[in-house]
Amino acid sequence: MQSSSKRTYYLIPYLAWMLLFVIAPIILVVYFSLFDLHGNFSFVNYQNFFTSVYLKLTLSSFWYALLITGFTLLIAYPTAYWLTKTKHKHLWLLLIIIPSWINLLLKTYAFIGIFGVFGPINAFLGMFGIDQQQILYTDFSFIFVSVYIFIPFMILPIFNSLDKMNPTLIDASRDLGASTWTTFTKVIFPLTINGVKSGIQAVFIPSLSLFMITRLIAGNKVITLGTAIEQQFLVTQNWGMGSTIAVFLILFMVIIMMLTGQKDKGVLLNGQNK
Amino acid sequence: MKDIVRATIAIVVICALLFYANFQLNETTGRAGNDTISVYNWGEYIDPELIAEFEEETGITVVYETFDSNEAMMTKIEQGGTSYDVAIPSEYAIEKMKENKLLIPIDHSKIPNLQNIDPYFLDLPFDPGNEYSIPYFWGTVGIAFNPALLEDNLTFESWEDLWDASLNQEVILVDGAREVMGVGLNTLGYSLNTNDEAQLYEATEKLKTLSPNIKAIIGDEIVETMRRGEAAVALVWSGQAADIMYVNEDIDFAVPIEGSNLWFDNMIIPKTAANVEGAHKFINFMLDPEIAARNADYVGYSTPNEKAIELMDPEVTGDERFYPTEEMRERLEVYQNLGVETLGLYNELFLEFKMDAQ
Amino acid sequence: MDRTSKFSKVYLALVFIILYAPIFYLIFYSFNSGGTMSSFESFTWEHYAAVFSDTRLIMILINTIIIALLSALLSTVIGVIGAIGIMYLSTRKSRSTLLSLNNVLVVSPDVIIGASFLILFTMVGVKLGFASVLISHIAFSVPIVVIMVLPKLQEMSSTLIDAALDLGASKRDILTRVIIPYIKPGIFAGFFLALTYSLDDFAVTFFVTGNGFTTLSVEIYSMARAGITLTINALSGLIFIVTLLLVLGYYFVTNRPKNPLRSGGPK
Repeated sequence: MQSSSKRTYYLIPYLAWMLLFVIAPIILVVYFSLFDLHGNFSFVNYQNFFTSVYLKLTLSSFWYALLITGFTLLIAYPTAYWLTKTKHKHLWLLLIIIPSWINLLLKTYAFIGIFGVFGPINAFLGMFGIDQQQILYTDFSFIFVSVYIFIPFMILPIFNSLDKMNPTLIDASRDLGASTWTTFTKVIFPLTINGVKSGIQAVFIPSLSLFMITRLIAGNKVITLGTAIEQQFLVTQNWGMGSTIAVFLILFMVIIMMLTGQKDKGVLLNGQNK
Repeated sequence: MKDIVRATIAIVVICALLFYANFQLNETTGRAGNDTISVYNWGEYIDPELIAEFEEETGITVVYETFDSNEAMMTKIEQGGTSYDVAIPSEYAIEKMKENKLLIPIDHSKIPNLQNIDPYFLDLPFDPGNEYSIPYFWGTVGIAFNPALLEDNLTFESWEDLWDASLNQEVILVDGAREVMGVGLNTLGYSLNTNDEAQLYEATEKLKTLSPNIKAIIGDEIVETMRRGEAAVALVWSGQAADIMYVNEDIDFAVPIEGSNLWFDNMIIPKTAANVEGAHKFINFMLDPEIAARNADYVGYSTPNEKAIELMDPEVTGDERFYPTEEMRERLEVYQNLGVETLGLYNELFLEFKMDAQ
Repeated sequence: MDRTSKFSKVYLALVFIILYAPIFYLIFYSFNSGGTMSSFESFTWEHYAAVFSDTRLIMILINTIIIALLSALLSTVIGVIGAIGIMYLSTRKSRSTLLSLNNVLVVSPDVIIGASFLILFTMVGVKLGFASVLISHIAFSVPIVVIMVLPKLQEMSSTLIDAALDLGASKRDILTRVIIPYIKPGIFAGFFLALTYSLDDFAVTFFVTGNGFTTLSVEIYSMARAGITLTINALSGLIFIVTLLLVLGYYFVTNRPKNPLRSGGPK
């Protein structure tokens, strides 16, 4: 499998994609980040990034991304697990994905209505004599809608790794007297770790740069790095500063990738140490 | 493997069918005409019937596209690759586009309807002699409020009313740096176009004391939120206020006495234009009194067209909240292009304020 | 076991209710004669009639579907190749480098992707429209495919390939008969999420479109200023019902014996 000529031949479309749409834009972004407002070469943008506003922004971005990823995982894992136990599991899985094909902006508008002071949730609470609650523009509504958006991205990879798992392993664990919890932590979860990692990547990374719902659902009371970049590009037209924040965002992502990096070797080549 | 191949074939076949369907639709709607112009405008900022009428009258096909911010529009026009013939930016954007040589001069001899425009709206500082731009709509920034939801008898004749203790978590602001910073500046009696850093910092500190009253800082969703009565007070553009009041008659609108912003949206011909002749025809068409009156009725913003005003409902055009008298306009300021540096500072401070409002 | 299964049913039902709640909310108001998504006035079909009389909207919808299907298909092909490529790399370092690069577009805000693609296209001289939108959608969907396919590749035990090699299978056979069938659930997951990416995107599309070509998301986004008309609700309702019927139909027609996402194993 190591004959390199064959290998590069297969890889051409992917590498071309990477060169054109990843490397080239990165070069562009780094290039822009090195110019100040007047088009002079300078590191002033990097200096600016280390002011309190942007550091605070970075911290709060990470905090919310962490919360979103945590809740998504918490809800998605049991869902994926029990989905694999259903009769028409693949049909149910498709039914999890279908809502994500209806336009996101529209669903967000629906949430604005649902969470509204005169919306169904408040009407429901009202039946129990609970006063009108301000649900929209709170941390709760922001995290709820974010989790809603990302849930299929977490369920799918977890489902796929659970689905493939050999049920005899669980039986074996049970026979050996392991409790349900031990079976889960010692057998099931470790075997699905790759799926979980994929899910975390597909949720945590984009939630750092969430925008639009920060305004629509959180009323700009939550600001992410993505919102800040959007502002710099579209409002201030300070592409330099926008690009600088983007450079840091990419750096953060690389660090996350390294932390969640695959410890095992490439199994296709030398899978013996799996 | 077999089902992957099958699925791939199915997708390709479906796409081919859809392509064919689209082609057929294109034929029937006759969009293939030679003489076309491409109009780039804000969303829902024109009566679509007028486009159809223009097409009928001139035989020119209109391709209508929309943008949602001046800056996004400028980026697209600057980069090219498209052929927009008419665009409708705000005044400060026109100043900037002029600076960046993105505009084609307008031939006034081809716009006879220009005489219908109130001279007040012509020859303004952002475009002397209207060399590059023709007025489309204008308006102000003010406060829309719902008296039924207010405890105290607030009139919002002064910006200070926003700070009233009874408005805890009730105020919605529009997500615009200059509008929100403007509240701080106006309240303190400073110019909306100040580039004095001390004044800007002072305005930011003043704004931060407003934080407890802030419910949200959002965009066009304000209109729906206010219509439903979910918030008592909102900082809005006058056209948005008109939109709100069109549905919810309880709402009132006020432009505080300390001053506020006066804005203009003008039609321009960007350098990307492929059909300059058609662009002139379109601009002239939109200035026709009857057409402009219908457009103003549909859009709800204030028209600068004198002759159109004569044709409109006097109850609308006599409403000083939306058609302030010249004397009232004296208190208002038009945004100037502040330059990247100062604009950057406005945005930085606005971001700081938003972080504080959390 | 019985208790947990009852609990699991309630849990799944709750998840499904929440997932579908906003969609039913949209559909509910598509029958509102009041014209907005608040206060329901009376029942009407008028918004559905409006959908069918608006050829421009239908053409936009067709464009959207073509772009979504084609971009998802092509990005799945590229993504699967990329994922296999990443797995081939022998050192952990080069793999994590490539994977980091792969994820750059996932972390980049849409505005940056849009602006840099716009610069790219105008530099190369691509006329903005169908082609530029399609290419962009392919570009930002590739990473999610890689992310979805990789765990399946990692789980695949190498003994499978060794066995195939021992049996004298060619490289081509290994790819089409061993690897692809095994990672098939990952491929389908990637394809479906690429569809999601494409259907939801408006920021990137806004920048790279032009010359009269637009997609549904961009159209909806630009409507936001004046409030979204219930025609869009009606259209979404129709899309939802048709998608649901297609999926159910496809599932029950082709999968009486087996099913489409059938988690592989060599056939």
